[in-house]
Amino acid sequence: MTTVLDSKIPEGPLNEKWGNYKNGIKLVNPANKRKHTILVVGTGLAGGSAASTLAELGYKVKSFCIQDSPRRAHSIAAQGGINAAKNYPNDGDTVWRLFYDTVKGGDYRSREANVHRLAEVSNEIIDQCVAQGVPFAREYGGLLDNRSFGGAQVSRTFYARGQTGQQLLLGAYQSMSRQIGLGNIEMFARQEMLDLVVVDGKARGIITRNLVTGEIESHSGDAVLLCTGGYGNVYYLSTNAKNSNVTAAWRCHKKGAAFANPCFTQIHPTCIPVSGDYQSKLTLMSESLRNDGRVWVPKKQGDNRRPRDIPEDERDYYLERRYPSFGNLVPRDVASRNAKYACDEGKGVGETKLAVFLDFAEAINRLGKPAIEARYGNLFEMYERITGENPYETPMRIYPAVHYTMGGLWVDYELQSNIPGLFVLGEANFSDHGANRLGASALMQGLADGYFVIPYTLGNYIANNELPHVAETDEAFAKAASDSSGRLEKLLSIQGTKTVTEYHRELGRLVWDYVGMSRTAEGLKKAIVEITALREDFWKNVLVPGENSTMNKNLEFAGRVADFLELGELMARDALEREESCGGHFREEYQSEDGEASRNDDLFTYVAAWFHTENGHQLVKEPLTYENVKLTTRSYK
Amino acid sequence: MAENMNIKLKVWRQAGPHTQGRFETYSVPDANPHMSFLELLDVLNEQLIKSGTDPVEFDHDCREGICGSCGVVVDGVAHGPQRRTACCQLHMRHYQDGDTIVVEPWRAEAFPIIKDLVVDRSAFDRIIAAGGYVSINAGSAQDANNLPIAKDKADLAMDYAACIGCGACVAACPNASASLFTAAKISHLAMLPQGSPERKKRVTAMVDQMAEEGFGDCSNHAECEAVCPKGISISSIATMRREYMKAMLS
Repeated sequence: MTTVLDSKIPEGPLNEKWGNYKNGIKLVNPANKRKHTILVVGTGLAGGSAASTLAELGYKVKSFCIQDSPRRAHSIAAQGGINAAKNYPNDGDTVWRLFYDTVKGGDYRSREANVHRLAEVSNEIIDQCVAQGVPFAREYGGLLDNRSFGGAQVSRTFYARGQTGQQLLLGAYQSMSRQIGLGNIEMFARQEMLDLVVVDGKARGIITRNLVTGEIESHSGDAVLLCTGGYGNVYYLSTNAKNSNVTAAWRCHKKGAAFANPCFTQIHPTCIPVSGDYQSKLTLMSESLRNDGRVWVPKKQGDNRRPRDIPEDERDYYLERRYPSFGNLVPRDVASRNAKYACDEGKGVGETKLAVFLDFAEAINRLGKPAIEARYGNLFEMYERITGENPYETPMRIYPAVHYTMGGLWVDYELQSNIPGLFVLGEANFSDHGANRLGASALMQGLADGYFVIPYTLGNYIANNELPHVAETDEAFAKAASDSSGRLEKLLSIQGTKTVTEYHRELGRLVWDYVGMSRTAEGLKKAIVEITALREDFWKNVLVPGENSTMNKNLEFAGRVADFLELGELMARDALEREESCGGHFREEYQSEDGEASRNDDLFTYVAAWFHTENGHQLVKEPLTYENVKLTTRSYK
Repeated sequence: MAENMNIKLKVWRQAGPHTQGRFETYSVPDANPHMSFLELLDVLNEQLIKSGTDPVEFDHDCREGICGSCGVVVDGVAHGPQRRTACCQLHMRHYQDGDTIVVEPWRAEAFPIIKDLVVDRSAFDRIIAAGGYVSINAGSAQDANNLPIAKDKADLAMDYAACIGCGACVAACPNASASLFTAAKISHLAMLPQGSPERKKRVTAMVDQMAEEGFGDCSNHAECEAVCPKGISISSIATMRREYMKAMLS
């Protein structure tokens, strides 16, 4: 069992590492690339960009997604934008500053070298996407427009109305489609990865289930790229799409891949509040709204007046008051936690009192309604559709919701997990955002990994390793396939009394209450006990309808919830072990007198990588060293 | 809190592509006005599972109106009565206690039914694969600002690019044409200099693929525009026709 994790950071000064790495790798002969089959699981920004780029290079790519089309991966729902250090606005941005902001925003729990590479390739991403025809917003002179986002003092965010993720994903999807048309990518839609196949210590294939026919399929290849997104749906209610899940990553974890920093989850401050028990998911409003919206609550507890009837001097613009230099643009974790405090103090608004106001009245007065409509029209429309209220006339009600997970499978500098041949890209890995991700950085990371990192690092792996052909009839495939079918049969055979959704909702409540915005040792211990009990009950009493041989979404969900029930426990363990507050991980025991997070750099400047063993989980620490950035207390005051 | 409503649902049930389908009637006694339409189906499915009946299968994912997964015909209208709204964003506050709602899948030869309300829309992917892209390999792009594009052109391109590929346009069209879907992509790329080098090849390949998939042609009913959740204009179809003529004549 691996006990030392080698991050394989290249030699040299920070800004030369990526160049040094590229100079030092072995290349695969163009004529040989077509002899290698690469399995890419997931078709979001990371998977879509990786599949198309590798196919362009000449590899034989097989691509898999659970949706009916690769165009529907959840990256499509990202709204606000994508960061790059272009410095087009001439406001002082540099690659260093983007790197620095990302490391600082991540509360010093990410790897310097990975983040610097991300900042370095950020500009190429914008070039690539524009060349694909992504219709980014433009100025009247015809050049690209930028806007500012939380956690930065420069305008470096490129955007396509409130649909940036959609446009970037369609760009990647169209590139993929071109390669599908050319026969370089074989596409498998409505297929779910259920297991990783490891042969002679290397990742050599996957087991999938055809979600239409229920058939279990084996796919062999020379490397597996896992681009399957985050695990936010462990909370049941999140802004993730309903089908987003941890299953592919979790099955790799159970085959030996380390899972890193599972407790680092991000709660997004600007979501539409929960309205009732039937709620199936939460909808995010892009945090770009905080550029012009002002967050406030009434100063008086339980103030039920209409917002317009509450005079200025009876309102608490708490972010502007507590953080005068960043104001409403503080990073997400800070904004979320402060909303929780306001509601905990009884100053929440709306029917449920679990909401704060986001008010555009001042911006509408200053800029006029048309200007606000041009910037946020589609978001305002979406808000009105869901709540039945018009945000031009009355302030929005917002509340934090789970949105992104910084933790994920452990990877080295090459984006390779500790299982050789298993690469993990995008949100599914842990590497770039530390304990908190800045806005507009997820799209950047997904595309950086797929377009500009994996083509080099995968090539280096292929060129350096003997990869004898493994047939899909190999024993390892048969065993994994039979394990997967056995599990499905077991789920169907229980025929208990509680539905999958009921279990999921209960799990969600536990992780939200104890492993959510604010955590305590006592709560986390309780969570471990209760999640374990819930999981045991699930395997005795779950009611999964239908059969295995047809489309059966409940059966799909049952498998995913079973995995979430294991992950939820590990998140609590990780959160319990990390006795400090950093980024999205806030332990009540570790805070300053005025309620700000207290990091403990002496003891916790490491990546917590968890291995699955027969006797439970084993923690391996990868120390983080900061040679270029001085660790400071994050201050947005 | 808002009062609960009793809603009757007449839902199309079909076990598989080759089996006979039929309507089944169910009632959901505790529908809430703040619920989305898909949450109403969730509540129905929980009821069905508990009573030993197979739940109604329907495609859905983001539930924010952007992924394009969901799409059913609600009371005869693709995505239901609210304009520019995918059915995941349709809320029950537009209905009243005692209402009956009829729910059917998209019906088109090119979209075979898989089960209940789920259809196979892979024909759309094949139309894009025929030419709905700019041929540019990763790494070969010039600086993004070397290519100024007038703001009004860029905005118009974005209007067309907003298509979510849900298929409502096909379901609403008397000819089951995929013209709006196909034209949206052609028009998006036709507005931009990046799309220019391949414009002739693109329009002929995509239009041919559309016909090959079994979609009908456009006869200007404009039903597609009326149901499109993203409000894609049929002016795109005029653009597609112009592009096609230009490609044929040169």
